[in-house]
Amino acid sequence: MDVDSSQQRMAAYMRDHQDKVVGRWSEIVVAGLRGRSSVAEVRRELEDLYSLVVRAMSGVDEQAAGELTAVLTELSGSRARNGFTPRETALGVFALKDAVFELVADVADLAPEYLAFSRMIDDLGLLTFETYAAAREQIIADQATAMLELSTPVIRLWDGVIAVPLVGALDSARTQLVMEKLLETLVATGADHAVLDITGVSTVDTEVAQHLLKTVSAARLLGAECIVSGIRPQVAQTIVSLGIEFGDIATKATLADALAHVLNRRGQRLGQRIGQGIGQPRTEPQKPGPA
Amino acid sequence: MDRVPILKIGTTLFVSIQIDLQDESVVRLQEDLADELAATGAHGVIIDITAVEIVDSFIGRMLAMIGSISRLFDAETVLVGMRPAVAITLTELGLSLRGVRTALNAEKGLELLNGSA
Repeated sequence: MDVDSSQQRMAAYMRDHQDKVVGRWSEIVVAGLRGRSSVAEVRRELEDLYSLVVRAMSGVDEQAAGELTAVLTELSGSRARNGFTPRETALGVFALKDAVFELVADVADLAPEYLAFSRMIDDLGLLTFETYAAAREQIIADQATAMLELSTPVIRLWDGVIAVPLVGALDSARTQLVMEKLLETLVATGADHAVLDITGVSTVDTEVAQHLLKTVSAARLLGAECIVSGIRPQVAQTIVSLGIEFGDIATKATLADALAHVLNRRGQRLGQRIGQGIGQPRTEPQKPGPA
Repeated sequence: MDRVPILKIGTTLFVSIQIDLQDESVVRLQEDLADELAATGAHGVIIDITAVEIVDSFIGRMLAMIGSISRLFDAETVLVGMRPAVAITLTELGLSLRGVRTALNAEKGLELLNGSA
């Protein structure tokens, strides 16, 4: 008895008992989903799937197998995106085995047919897993991209001064993106000073320092001067104990200090352009109040 | 081989590179510039590379060398209009062009020269 003919017989048997099997299948699946989908909803999905499985097994329809793969891929993908667990997703397929077995258990001479059917369902289960994992990976990749874009704004701080607040971990990919955006903004705005603020950078090691130095020297090639600001006490200690040399790059404790430094270099005074500007108390000496 | 024209404006030599730089044309530019500096006694050189999309390690080194040569003639070299991609490439190559000053555009380059003169 070859596999094809036993599959065909199984298909014929399953077609005859469609309502019963789909009903039981939906029950098992809905129980596993803990009320996140209604019975009617699940049943609609599974009815399509069931008729495709039967068509694919009977082997009459050439396109059925491809269609089944497509429908299952779509279903597993949407389960992954909607936050279903791998178990819940796979259950959708494997429950069919249980549902059919309950029916076949009493009919002794269908054992080889059931075996062939079971093998096919296993393949479909694997496909579900693969699709689920792929969909999850896609989500992670999308989120990584979104985070990369979120975390690298370039801000115009003053006329001719731009700032890049760096937040989170600084790896090669992030540095590359920051560098590109910084340089593009320098060219687009004609700014000649840039402040790299590392207040939000969790750890500064030799690699991060290397990335910072690269960014600074690239900006210098464009003719812009960079200042590194936002050095926290712990970071300063780490930098010194690691023996990192920032060379002739100006470093400041806070963004405000960096801005004051830049404006000083450009011969502008804080509070000169905006009346109640930032840092005004620094530049205006305090007058003794009336006695 | 394309030659890069050298324009004299006051006491400044202005070089705008608008061709795809080949090794020979850079060497030629270096020679021409040295001749011109000797002949005119210019105090500043502005090299505009706005239109240059590719700078390799050789050309980077030649640009730095032009800076050093100009210094011998008591002239300051300012490289202007470098593209971000070129700057990233040069940094990755480890070339920081120490002897050459840089500015965002020709106008700022001129300001830099006049300010330091």
